[in-house]
Formats: sequence, structure tokens, C-alpha cells
Amino acid sequence: MSVSTPTTDDFVDWYTDLTWTRAALYALVLLGVVFFLAPLETGLMTAFKSDAAVIRTLPFLPPFGDGFTLDNAQFAWNHLSGPLLNSLVMSIPATLFTVLFASMAAYGLTMVDWRGQLAVLSLFMVGVFVPYQAVLVPLARFWNNIFPLGKMVAPYVASLPYFTENHAVLVPLIITHVAYGIPIITVLFRSYMQTLPTSLVESAMIDGASVTKIYYRIIVPLCKPMFAVVFIYQFTQIYNEFLFSLTLIGNASSSAATVTLVLPSLGASVSGMDFGVRMAASLLAAIPTLIIYVAFAEQFAKGLATEA
Amino acid sequence: MATQNTTDHAGRTDERPFSERLRHFVNGTFVRSLPFWGIPFLLMGSAVYAGIGWNVLISLTDYEGLASASYSHLDFEMYARAFGSSTFWTAAQNTFVLLVAFTVICLVLGLVLAVLLDRNIRYSESIQTIYVLPMALSFVITAQLWLWMYSPDSGLVNLAIKALGFSSIDFLGNPKIALAAVIFALVWQFSGYAMVVYLAGLRSIPTSQFEAGKIDGASTARIYLRVIIPQLRASSVSAAVVLMVFALKAFTFLYSLTGVFRPPNGTDILATLMVRRAFKYTEWAYGAAIATMLLLLALGVIAPYLYYQHKHGSL
Repeated sequence: MSVSTPTTDDFVDWYTDLTWTRAALYALVLLGVVFFLAPLETGLMTAFKSDAAVIRTLPFLPPFGDGFTLDNAQFAWNHLSGPLLNSLVMSIPATLFTVLFASMAAYGLTMVDWRGQLAVLSLFMVGVFVPYQAVLVPLARFWNNIFPLGKMVAPYVASLPYFTENHAVLVPLIITHVAYGIPIITVLFRSYMQTLPTSLVESAMIDGASVTKIYYRIIVPLCKPMFAVVFIYQFTQIYNEFLFSLTLIGNASSSAATVTLVLPSLGASVSGMDFGVRMAASLLAAIPTLIIYVAFAEQFAKGLATEA
Repeated sequence: MATQNTTDHAGRTDERPFSERLRHFVNGTFVRSLPFWGIPFLLMGSAVYAGIGWNVLISLTDYEGLASASYSHLDFEMYARAFGSSTFWTAAQNTFVLLVAFTVICLVLGLVLAVLLDRNIRYSESIQTIYVLPMALSFVITAQLWLWMYSPDSGLVNLAIKALGFSSIDFLGNPKIALAAVIFALVWQFSGYAMVVYLAGLRSIPTSQFEAGKIDGASTARIYLRVIIPQLRASSVSAAVVLMVFALKAFTFLYSLTGVFRPPNGTDILATLMVRRAFKYTEWAYGAAIATMLLLLALGVIAPYLYYQHKHGSL
């Protein structure tokens, strides 16, 4: 990799590299870059254009002169700052609990040996692939009629600063996300734990260390890289999720609505086909996952590769 | 589990007293590891498996509206209704087309991109990051981006078409091509995933195989086609399964295009049909029946994969 400072050797390499096939290769790679960045780039440019400039100018050119405006960004912020906070209030605890439970489950199913493990593990694995639609009607019945946890905790939630009674719906939503996030994160942790040397655990067992002690003294420190991967992966998943928000919160005008729930209705009703506003709102909603993604690109790619 | 301790290796019956056997069992690894996997298993199991069971049960009732469900009369009426409905068959067909076309195109494009990046491209790490960037975004967001790309007036795609001398196309408004346009947008979002999986596979193949081919005088393209790509079968299988799961979640993308329960004409899939019947028209039993069939479709995809993994000892 010549990402570090270029040297004369690098330049010679670079020059001799320039055959016609290499040139064609780089052209194709560049075409790929343009393909993947074009929707994001036109979106970013459009977000800062006035209505007139959106229609008059080419979508990929930056706004200039009186075509530049911060009105769209301001509008998006006014409508999305509350939902953004709701999304974070939901995603962060849901991610933490999912990762905690899943790392425990993977430990119990990997490092400790007992019969019937594979059967239990298979149930986790199938759980990864179940479409949410298959549990949606019972889920809505459960939280609304059978066990209305949201209504139960509403007075306590309302007594907190900033939050209203409406926000209580985020509590069952967090539990839902944890329950359906456990399978995939367990599978990810398990595939990592299988690569760990068994000698450490065995010698600890001979020394008489308890199962619990082995977990937090040996396994958790060894799994640190995997913790980073699953935190990023699961936060992105929960923050981006839409279906549970739609069925459990329901109304996009609720003060507890998450960002993904507000965005489609913001596009459809408030602004019609006003793409300046749509793009500003979309990119504002994308900021948390984009920051995490660009900052931890390496871990993210590793997470994707191990998932397979 | 207790029976495990009652016979030893020689097959003789364990003659230890019961209390000792019980103590051995309680101190055994099964019981001691139970607190770790037991709680997550209970939470996941009740959410996933009890949820599925209850959903199947609801699909056998006539449950709809605001009344509560009655489980006294169970029949397959809702399934019969679905099989007799042309909307259902169209949605099933669209689901199938989406699943297959999306997965195949993502795999092909991902493989091409992976091979390109495998040819000692400079800055390949940064380029890889760009290729996978759309995956960080929610379906909700990418739907907005592609609404703008496909805009008939001044969207980038139609500007390109007009620059080539054709008249602009209303991609999402024309039922005949709306599904293809949706698949194209989803390919944009997820082909980077296939690329990552293939690239990991390519980098695990020793370069000596490539050099051997070179010595034999084979061209680069030929080495890839004959030697390298056939070894990527495991990568293809696992990437295909994960891509199909993404395709089954395309509901969010379709919902976000319109912001209502009905997606653009010509793009209705089982997932959107199910949510619309259940949560818009409150036909809970009918929605549950469609959901059950969607689940069977998903299991049909995953069961051969799990079996394949099991057979190759990688489960």
C-alpha cells in the first residue's frame, strides 16, 4: 500500500504500472466510485440549493450565488432534531443490552462443552433469518393488549426531564430490538470465539476458576475486537430499522417517533416533491451512521466479512 | 443430561448414590453455563418462536378489526383466500423476481468489483470503503436518494438519458419498469457487500496458483475464470443467503418511496402486502396468513444453506 508518503520508488512503480490494461482497470474502478457516490453527491448538493436552483441547475453541480440556501437544512433540523434524539435514546441502550446478552449466549454455547449445544445453536441461527413480518401481528397484540408495558411505565417516563408519556413506547421497542438482535450477534460472537485458543480456558478451569470468572476475566478481554465490530453493526441496524417503529409507535407525528419513521412521511406530506428538503432531511438522518461508518470503516468491513 | 453420568466408558451402570450423581449434574457444565445462554435464549425464543407459533395460530382464525381474536374456529380460510387472490399471486411473483434478480446481479457486480480491487489497485482500502458506503444507510434514506435520482424532471438518471437523446422515463411511475428500477437501487446499496465477501475469499487463495497459471502461459482473464473463481463457491453461497435476507427486508425501501402502505404500482411484494392488509385494513388473520407464507419462503432459502454448512462441518 502506498497510502503513506510517496517516495521515488513509488513514482517509478506508478509509472511502469501505466500500461493500457492497467489504465482500463483504473478507469473501471473509477467508474465504480462514481456509481456508488453519485446518489450521495447529488443528494448533498441538492440539500443546499434553493427551490429554483433545484429545477434550473444540474443536480451534481454545487450550489452557487443566490442558488445557495440553508433553509432546507434549517427545516430538516426543526423537524428531525427531536426524532434524532428519540432514535439515539432507543438505539444506544438496545445495542448495549443486545451485545451483553449475545456475548453471554455465545460464551455459554461455545466455550463451555455440553451435549445438545448444536440444537440450541441452530435455533439461534434460524432466528437470524426470520422475516419480521412473520411475528409482527403477535408483537403488536402483545405490547398493546396482553402486556401493555408502555402504558405501565408511562408515569415513570413522564417524570424524567425532557421525556413525555408518549416516550414510554420506546421501552417495549428497546426490548423488541434486543430480542430480535440477539440471534445475529450471538452467531457473530460464536464465530469469533471459535478462533480463540482453548488452552487459556482449559488451564483456567484446571486452576479452579468458575464459569463466571472465566467469562469476564478471559473471554471478554479476548473478544475486545469483536465487541467493537458488533457495537457498530448493531447500532447501525437498530438506528436504521423502520418496521418495528412503524408498528409499535405507529404515528409519525408522535413525540416519540424515531428518525426513520418521520422521514418517509416528511417526504410525502409536508414537502410534496420538494427535493431540497428531502435531501437535507435524508442526509441529516444519515449523519450518525455515516460518522460511525467512516470512523470505523475497517471494523465495519470486518463485521460484514465475518457475518458470512 | 443426567443420563450422561449414569454409564461410564465401559458401559457399566453407574453405581454412585443418587445424591452424588445429582451433585455431579448440578456442578456439570450444562447447569453452570445455563445462566449465560439461558436468559438470552428465553428472550429470543419467546420473541421469535412463540411469536411465529402465535402468528400461525392467528392465521387460522378470522381475526380482524378491533374485536379480540376467537380461537374456537380454526381453518385454512385465509390461505384459501390468498390463493384465490390475484393481488397475492402478483406479490408472490414480484417477491420471487426481486429475490432472484437482486441476488444474482449483486453477486455478479460484487465479483467484478472484487476482482478489480484484487489487481493491486492503489488506495484499494479507501475505494473499498466507498463501495460499501451505501450499506451504512437506512432503506428509508436510500429510498429518498433514489426518488431524486429517478425524478423525471431533473433527476440525474433522466438527465443522462436525455443527454443521450432519448426522452425522459418515469421509472417509478411506470408499473412495467418500476420493479426493475427498485432492484437497480437495491443493487446500488448492497453489491458492496458481495464485493467484501468475495474479496475476503480472493485474498485467502494463495498467489502461487496465479503464478503457476502465468508460467503455463494462461492469460489473466483465463486464470480467473478457470482457476480462481471456481474456488469462490463458499463465498458465493454465504453472500447469496445474506443478500436474500436483505431482499426480504425490502419492505422499508418500498414503503419509504411513497410514505404510505401502498408502494409504487408494479412493486407490491408479499412483505408490503402483509403489512398493508394487517395494519391498514386491520385484517389481522389474513395478514398473518401471508406472513406465514413469507416465512416459509425465507426458510426455503435458509434451510439448504444451514444443511450445506452442517455438511461441511462449519456450523
